[in-house]
Amino acid sequence: MEQRKNMGQKKIDIEQVKQVAKLARLALSEAEIAQFATQLSAILEYVEKLNRLDTADVEPLAHCLPINNCLREDRMKPSLGTEKTLANAPQKDEQFFLVPKILEEPGGF
Amino acid sequence: MADIEHNIVIGLEIHVQLCTKTKMFCGCELIFAAEPNSRVCPVCLGLPGALPVMNKQAVEFAMLTACALNCKIAEFTKWDRKSYYYPDLPKNYQISQYDLPIGSNGFIGIPLADGKTKRIRIRRVHLEEDAGKNIHSEGNFSKVDLNRAGTPLLEIVTEPDINSAEEVRLLAIELQRIVRFLGVSEADMQKGHMRFEPNVNLHIRKDNNEYKTPITEIKNLNSFKALEKSVAFEVRRQLDEFLESGRVMQSGNKKTFGWDDIREVTVLQREKEEAHDYRYFPDPDLVPVVVNEKRLNEIKAELCELPLKMQSRFVSDYGLSDYDASVLTADRATAEFFDDAVKAGGDAKKLCNLITQTGLKIANEKNCKVSKLGISPGQLAVLAQMVEQGMISATASVTVFEKMTQSNDSPQQIAESLNLLQKSDEGELEKIVDEVIAVNSQAVEDAKSGDKKSKKAHGFLMGQVMQKTKGTANPQVVAKILNSKLGKGI
Amino acid sequence: MSKDILKLTCRGLRDSIAKGETKSSDAVSAVFAQIEEHDAKIGAFISTFKEEALKKAKEIDEKISKGKPVGSLAGVPIAVKDNMCTTFGTTTCASKILENFRSPYNATVIEKLLAADAVIIGKTNLDEFAMGSSTENSGLKKTVNPRDPSRVPGGSSGGSAAAVAAKMCFAALGSDTGGSIRQPASFCGVAGLKPTYGRVSRYGLVAYGSSLDQIGPLAQNVADCALLLNVIAGHDEKDSTSIDEKTAPIVNWLEKIDQPAAGLKIAVVPQLFEGADSEVVNAIKGAIEVYKRNGAEVIEIKMPHFEYAIAAYYLIATAEASSNLARYDGVHYGYRTKNPADYVEVYSKSRNEAFGQEVKRRIMLGTYALSSGYYDAYYLKALKVRNLIRGDFTAAFERADCIIMPTSPTTAFKIGEKTADPLQMYLSDVYTIAVNLAGVPAISIPCGFDKNNLPIGLQIIASTFQEEKLLRIARMFEREIK
Repeated sequence: MEQRKNMGQKKIDIEQVKQVAKLARLALSEAEIAQFATQLSAILEYVEKLNRLDTADVEPLAHCLPINNCLREDRMKPSLGTEKTLANAPQKDEQFFLVPKILEEPGGF
Repeated sequence: MADIEHNIVIGLEIHVQLCTKTKMFCGCELIFAAEPNSRVCPVCLGLPGALPVMNKQAVEFAMLTACALNCKIAEFTKWDRKSYYYPDLPKNYQISQYDLPIGSNGFIGIPLADGKTKRIRIRRVHLEEDAGKNIHSEGNFSKVDLNRAGTPLLEIVTEPDINSAEEVRLLAIELQRIVRFLGVSEADMQKGHMRFEPNVNLHIRKDNNEYKTPITEIKNLNSFKALEKSVAFEVRRQLDEFLESGRVMQSGNKKTFGWDDIREVTVLQREKEEAHDYRYFPDPDLVPVVVNEKRLNEIKAELCELPLKMQSRFVSDYGLSDYDASVLTADRATAEFFDDAVKAGGDAKKLCNLITQTGLKIANEKNCKVSKLGISPGQLAVLAQMVEQGMISATASVTVFEKMTQSNDSPQQIAESLNLLQKSDEGELEKIVDEVIAVNSQAVEDAKSGDKKSKKAHGFLMGQVMQKTKGTANPQVVAKILNSKLGKGI
Repeated sequence: MSKDILKLTCRGLRDSIAKGETKSSDAVSAVFAQIEEHDAKIGAFISTFKEEALKKAKEIDEKISKGKPVGSLAGVPIAVKDNMCTTFGTTTCASKILENFRSPYNATVIEKLLAADAVIIGKTNLDEFAMGSSTENSGLKKTVNPRDPSRVPGGSSGGSAAAVAAKMCFAALGSDTGGSIRQPASFCGVAGLKPTYGRVSRYGLVAYGSSLDQIGPLAQNVADCALLLNVIAGHDEKDSTSIDEKTAPIVNWLEKIDQPAAGLKIAVVPQLFEGADSEVVNAIKGAIEVYKRNGAEVIEIKMPHFEYAIAAYYLIATAEASSNLARYDGVHYGYRTKNPADYVEVYSKSRNEAFGQEVKRRIMLGTYALSSGYYDAYYLKALKVRNLIRGDFTAAFERADCIIMPTSPTTAFKIGEKTADPLQMYLSDVYTIAVNLAGVPAISIPCGFDKNNLPIGLQIIASTFQEEKLLRIARMFEREIK
């Protein structure tokens, strides 16, 4: 059998999709996971072409701007106030945002 | 019983809240105990479209601290996003620094109890923003307050050079002293300005083999005492665990324990089975900070004399005890006040006594620093000299000191007006002693006798002289005269 | 009468209102008449503000009649893409996750429009969170091409482009991360300008690809784009990535717009024509001939890294997006899932239920590209290739004043034509995407029609902060064909 054909080997498999979905906090359905495995594999296959370029001596370009040291003075500016801050909250009381009880340490899930 | 030795290995991670007026990326006020969610704006709330702008003061405080910790300052530094999800982190990423921290490869000297100094290496110093607060109420909901979100934090990470619970505490105290001296943080542990996370493990030698126990990270420490106790507890626990299970350090078995301050035990919170994937990448909303040599020299020039150096100088130059020097250098204002008074001509030891025994007490009552009591270093120097020369007794100087905080009069004026000036002239006092001796023959005989009545008789005669001089005689001079005339009564 | 008003350009209307010859109220009524007549079919607007707009128009009219000073866009009805925060109405980003979100602050560009006394009449539809090239990814409604309702208006600023083309406003603001102003402009037959990265403040623009996003105008012609640029450009202390005015001085971009660029040198990249429809190629070549006839010199250049731009973009933009969209979690604002079992579900269910497929896909791709073990191979590699791509542009601009190429390989495609395969949709961005990676300014202007009477867009690209030259070069062509 032609096992070397790319069709059988996905760039990203179901397990990896599940892991990424967890990192991204997306409760994908099984169908979505399967579909993303296919679609993301195709896209990742496409971006492989970047490896044709030798970038060993090339600096990464995170910014197009020729500026550094954008700093502001330590001066107070008005805050929104509690009411405006909470205005769009899905659940709140008079002073706080409310979430279902948090049981674990940050990033623990 | 197997032959067992162990070394304690501790690294410390410290978060210091900087005392800028505003948050790291926005102009919201930094203020303790404000109404919940009242110091929040689109930026620190993480609203759609909001953008961060770096606080210049925070960067300068960070560089100053890194310099004080003898770090190499990065010429080029940038900001990175650290991704994780939590309700007190509204953007679900924290703006921090990953691979190019502001400071690296430094060290701090901590004064040990035996007077020596131990050097602890600093791996890195970087700036990051704090998260808000989750308040776990009763019932089914947690409450989130974002007032603290965006507060500038300095993260300091040491190498694992610390070798005892006591050293950890000493390091923490010294760090607190340094950041307070620099004026970059109030460093009040009760207000959460400083947070400590020790990483502890043991290197064990058993039957000529080396073993390392799994590393433990300890959280939830709210005082220096808790810091020391928790580390001590952890050391014992790890030793016990090793003896029982033989478990050793492996990749991925680092654990997190929380300190229970009431039961005074560490409690397992989480086995760090998998390291978090924080997916660090350069924050595209912020541009890098570039520090040239000129600016770096300017920053270094702003560095004040650091507390440990000042403390050592007080011991070597002024002859103070290590303890006294450490009390005086607990904060910069007091240390400089003392130093200025010595430079103004005051006797160092007398000044030390005045400040540590009287000044700090009064300052505490008035909830301010000694330097703000209304007494100038020059005036204090004069007072110290008056004590040194015997013009007033040490006891009287306390009264004069107190009065000086209330009036603008000079110490001499105050002492005079309160009749506190001592007579120290030997000739004058000798006359009075002679007068007292002349009319107290029984006491004189007892005093000369050298037996157990002698001491009491000396005291009686001294009292008579003090009475005659209305308490203004210098007791040391009187005692000297009495002794020379009657022989020592003691 | 109202139809006559609609024949005016943005600048024309502005001048007429300022002179007191036309009333802003009439202009506002005219556009709302258009909206009421056509927008049910076209679907350009997510929300409109008729009452407030008429009120503002009346105020402007009164001020002018009393001879009081007014702003440079006084009384002109403008539409704004719904990914720019406004304190009025909602800012939805065409997403269920922000469907009811009311911003407590205005984006800087909105403040500038208001300060110029423009009348903001509504928020336009887009691909959800600006992710898409057809506006078909909108989570709220459908927009069609005003020229042919079976076809897409382009994306992601499809609503803004359609609104301008259908005269439902006199100009609009859009945003461009990989072509999202220029491509819909070309599909709808209007002009669309993406300024240099950093030229216009991003404060209040809901972030998608932070190092690529720029706000820019869509309008009927080049001069109108210049007029809008005059209003929205400038350093903003609230945006660390907005350029200071010493490095990039502010110019009055209208002032010399009719002055042709003397000694114009145009660069063309022949290899790029291979990917485009023949009618598009012919139109572009025809445009180049027009420039030649007017004294321009045309040189052929290579841009060897151009073909890697799509790959680099879909790693960089998605990486940034995955992080920028992490904040939509149902905790502090936005959609929250009903009956979450615990706080974990608040996050993962809210996001999964309210984000559309394309948004989820890009978040997944971006998360993967940044994840441990893959960062170097994907994200970092893409940043390096970005440097090479920018190098191609720098080299080109050493030899020429501008580069000319098609805006899009095709004219407006049919609705549903490219939605089956996401990669096919991505590949259609081939001509616009490299521009964002390099941060340079570019404009799309109409240059003809295909046999189906669909507009073809001519793309002109200039060097960093060279908007003045760019606009004049564009104007040269526009003047010739009118």
